[in-house]
Amino acid sequence: MSSKRYSADFINRQSFIELDARERAKALFDEGTSRELVGPFDRVESPWLPTQGVTPQEDDGCVVMKGKIAGQAAVVVALEGAFQGGSIGEVSGAKMTAALDLACAHNEKGVRTSAVILLETGGVRLQEANLGLAAIAELMASILALRKRAPVICLTAGTVGCFGGMSLAAGLASYVVMTREARLGMNGPEVIEQENGIEEFDSSDRALIWAIHGGEQRYALGLADALVDDDAPQVVDAIRHFTSKGVPAVHRSSQVELYRSRLATLDTSQQWDPRAFRELWAKNGIREGKR
Amino acid sequence: MEQIEFTYPANRKVNKKAHVGVVGSGDLEVLLEPGEGEVARVFIRTSVDGFRDTWKAVLDRFFAKYDGAVRIEINDAGATPGIVHLRLEQAVEVSER
Repeated sequence: MSSKRYSADFINRQSFIELDARERAKALFDEGTSRELVGPFDRVESPWLPTQGVTPQEDDGCVVMKGKIAGQAAVVVALEGAFQGGSIGEVSGAKMTAALDLACAHNEKGVRTSAVILLETGGVRLQEANLGLAAIAELMASILALRKRAPVICLTAGTVGCFGGMSLAAGLASYVVMTREARLGMNGPEVIEQENGIEEFDSSDRALIWAIHGGEQRYALGLADALVDDDAPQVVDAIRHFTSKGVPAVHRSSQVELYRSRLATLDTSQQWDPRAFRELWAKNGIREGKR
Repeated sequence: MEQIEFTYPANRKVNKKAHVGVVGSGDLEVLLEPGEGEVARVFIRTSVDGFRDTWKAVLDRFFAKYDGAVRIEINDAGATPGIVHLRLEQAVEVSER
């Protein structure tokens, strides 16, 4: 592709990352089928933030919508990364869990309803620590219940990415969709540097961060199922593909033996770099992880 | 966090709600909905204390043109006066679309 052609594609692209949580959620549905549940005018905000001097947001940074994707019923939960880093508090956590439970109830009644969770989050909201932790545990239980009946798709588009306890929720999803700009990992770069020193992880090295946590590496390692450009139609196509695909035969988080054997054969006496690690896992049958 | 309230005279009925913005750094969320009586009420919660006079100046200017009988709720995360004005105008645009 010539550079001229590339820049035209880039300029004409409809960015998905530039959309806010509400616009992202709406973009995934078939036109005119979505409606928001517990929206900002319902005023279900965090009761804990104002008492600590933090301005709350009326939807607590969590947008829930119901509608149709590729003609089938679906719920979408989108976290707003710009509000408190997309962190999970009592209210946003309860909204997510309730949305997944609603999808579960529909499936039990015979209406196939999948779920899409848009995770832009650093994990638990520190101001609501224990309630946030409990919320993530409940959310994970709800994902496990729903994923037996219908696909739960995690979309991490960026640029916040998905970290902390919410990365575990992403790990339970039936399918994970990422962009190159997105990052996915349990401990974020700054946490690793703080705990193990700058020799272990230099959190100011952006190339290193994306080489390890970035969407391209996660996809190459089989920890994500699709890598898409920051382009709204491409993202929508990927989501429609996975909602239509149905429940996978084996969930990634159920492949305990596969990952155990990979870790057992890993030579930890040497320092691996991201590219060499990618090649090693590719040799070790990474595609099995793709399901 | 500081809470500020203002009241302005209004004489036009508004029928539609509007929600714009995000409580993200340097931005704000505006909830605009039909109010009661011939008055517009504004309720502000801002993360930056001590800027009551600046808020009053921005809203005085906004209500010099706008006459809708509305209830406006603002959740602010340190937006500049320019951004506040733009968000208010955006909310009006959405409510009259």
